[in-house]
Amino acid sequence: MSGKTLYDKLWEDHVVYTEDDGSSLIYIDCHLIHEVTSPQAFEGLRLASRKPWRQSRNLAVADHNVPTTDRDKGIADPVSRLQVETLDKNCTEFGITEFGMADARQGIVHVVGPEQGVTLPGMTIVCGDSHTSTHGASGALAFGIGTSEVEHVLATQCLVQKKAKNLLIKVNGQVGKGVTAKDIVLAIIGKIGTAGGNGYTIEFAGEAIRALSMEGRMTICNMAIEAGARAGLVAVDDVTIDYYRNRPYSPKGNDWFMAERLWQQLYSDADAVFDKVMQLDAALIKPQVTWGTSPELVVAVDETVPDPALEPDAVKRQGMMRALEYMGLQAGQAITDITLDKVFIGSCTNSRIEDLRAAAVVVEGKKVAANIKQALVVPGSGLVKRQAEDEGLDKLFVDAGFEWREPGCSMCLAMNADRLEEGERCASTSNRNFEGRQGYGGRTHLVSPAMAAAAAIAGHFVDVSSLEGAAV
Amino acid sequence: MKAFTKITSLIVPLDRANVDTDAIIPKQFLKSIRRAGFGPYLFDEWRYLDQGEPDMDCTNRPLNKDFVLNKPEYQGAEILLARENFGCGSSREHAPWALEDFGFRAIIAPSFADIFYNNCFKNGLLPIILAAELVDGLFNEISAGYKLTVDLETQKIVTPDGREMGFDIDGNRKYRLLNGLDDIALSLLYADKIKAYEAERAKRAPWLFVD
Repeated sequence: MSGKTLYDKLWEDHVVYTEDDGSSLIYIDCHLIHEVTSPQAFEGLRLASRKPWRQSRNLAVADHNVPTTDRDKGIADPVSRLQVETLDKNCTEFGITEFGMADARQGIVHVVGPEQGVTLPGMTIVCGDSHTSTHGASGALAFGIGTSEVEHVLATQCLVQKKAKNLLIKVNGQVGKGVTAKDIVLAIIGKIGTAGGNGYTIEFAGEAIRALSMEGRMTICNMAIEAGARAGLVAVDDVTIDYYRNRPYSPKGNDWFMAERLWQQLYSDADAVFDKVMQLDAALIKPQVTWGTSPELVVAVDETVPDPALEPDAVKRQGMMRALEYMGLQAGQAITDITLDKVFIGSCTNSRIEDLRAAAVVVEGKKVAANIKQALVVPGSGLVKRQAEDEGLDKLFVDAGFEWREPGCSMCLAMNADRLEEGERCASTSNRNFEGRQGYGGRTHLVSPAMAAAAAIAGHFVDVSSLEGAAV
Repeated sequence: MKAFTKITSLIVPLDRANVDTDAIIPKQFLKSIRRAGFGPYLFDEWRYLDQGEPDMDCTNRPLNKDFVLNKPEYQGAEILLARENFGCGSSREHAPWALEDFGFRAIIAPSFADIFYNNCFKNGLLPIILAAELVDGLFNEISAGYKLTVDLETQKIVTPDGREMGFDIDGNRKYRLLNGLDDIALSLLYADKIKAYEAERAKRAPWLFVD
């Protein structure tokens, strides 16, 4: 019998019951809740007179609608305010822990979870948010769900699921200077497409993945969903264990030693069989920039905007042409000739301390270019913000002309006041470049934090790997 | 949940790949705390020429006449024909809510994004995966008054000239959709099994059970 993949192990460990047709009731260890996808679920519980199965397995935090300035003044938009107040009320009524807007631990749900040790290796983790895949970085099975499933998890602590297939993506060798986790994952998506991972759980492995910090691994798994996979995984190693030691909600005392032993088993066996395997050479990956309205429309910074005429597939060609029109770009244009209006450093993809450090190094002692109307840094959580301030990073950003904001999802999806105006072009460290994502008619280019920082200084894209002394 | 058995309806061809949930229902409408009323804002940025806001009255908004949903020949259609990877992006269930509220009961595409596909079944909406060649054929075939029959029981699509195309669907999902069953009530039938699992798991991972 062949060995088991990490996904096989996590799945088997959580099966409560399997039907004849293979659909299983899966136990959920941790449920994260935010204000956008939960109100209708709580309402459903109320209408059916149901209670949460285990209150303690839920953690709520408002992140999508929260303002990133003048926190003490509350939320100006009445519709956003009602949604956040509804979360507060529901958490009180159903006895669920919430980090409120004034709590230093508040932040983007996918930054807060690992930071607090609420999401741990070996768990099943769900949230009404597709970027829940982030938590797979710790060797946990984590995926996004819809609101009906949010209600289902609240009521039963379980979900009805069918097992996905196993996809292994090995990134061999080492990345070059200036190439980050974001570039690795964008290169992967460029290769397999946004539907490439449909029906799979992706395990990311290989030397280049092992060399990443937990933050970098979270960036990779965060964007597994952009490759179509609900869940991404990285096997547990010393980096994982060290990260979770002494987190507020991590196991303590004897429990810690027991957990450590269990977590050390969370890897794919050497003889495990994957349904599909893909290999990449890390040394060939350059800093990436998306040029279209889907994350798969991506090229290296030293390339040009592709020509749809060279695409043989009619549906794809049409898609490329529509993307070029929306983005206001010409085929053949050099990526480094694209000038920008705004820069956004933040989101559940790239708002952790390591991301802010990487950007700060690039902007230190320099000034944001005159054509940049706004450059935002939005830390992922109140604690990331505090740490960055302790390290003096906020000063480096502010001195360079960036705005230093309060934590939240912010301009990644523009549900709060932070957004692009029609036609504005943005270098963004977020995860989606869909039409209208960062604001009606806004144009998004996805990049790494260092690339976004360098673009803010130059006013256009530049190859960060060519910058003098960019220690990224 | 509304049950799905069999429908015969007009079909709207939406000829784009990778239609994402931000396009299906833009983020500003996600601020609602209700489950109904998203239909008027379905495909808002493509359907209207102005910028939509929550609770906006859509009756007098300027329509994008080129957008397929606005064409007179497709009014009242309950079936949407789409391309690869329909519903990619965010997990927002507001996307199937908006499609359902607008009047769609079934979507046919060569592939769907996983979370969206899953969310459809919670809302009486049937996503049908059909081979790309067959989907291509339908795109070419649709003309004014073209109606398809979708029969979930027999797992068949029938064209106006009587051609049949079979489709696959998971047995459990089919049963729940045919009968309009509440997933939570069904899962709670296994309450004893869930408790037994918890008791056993608590021995292996006690730190997850310090309530």
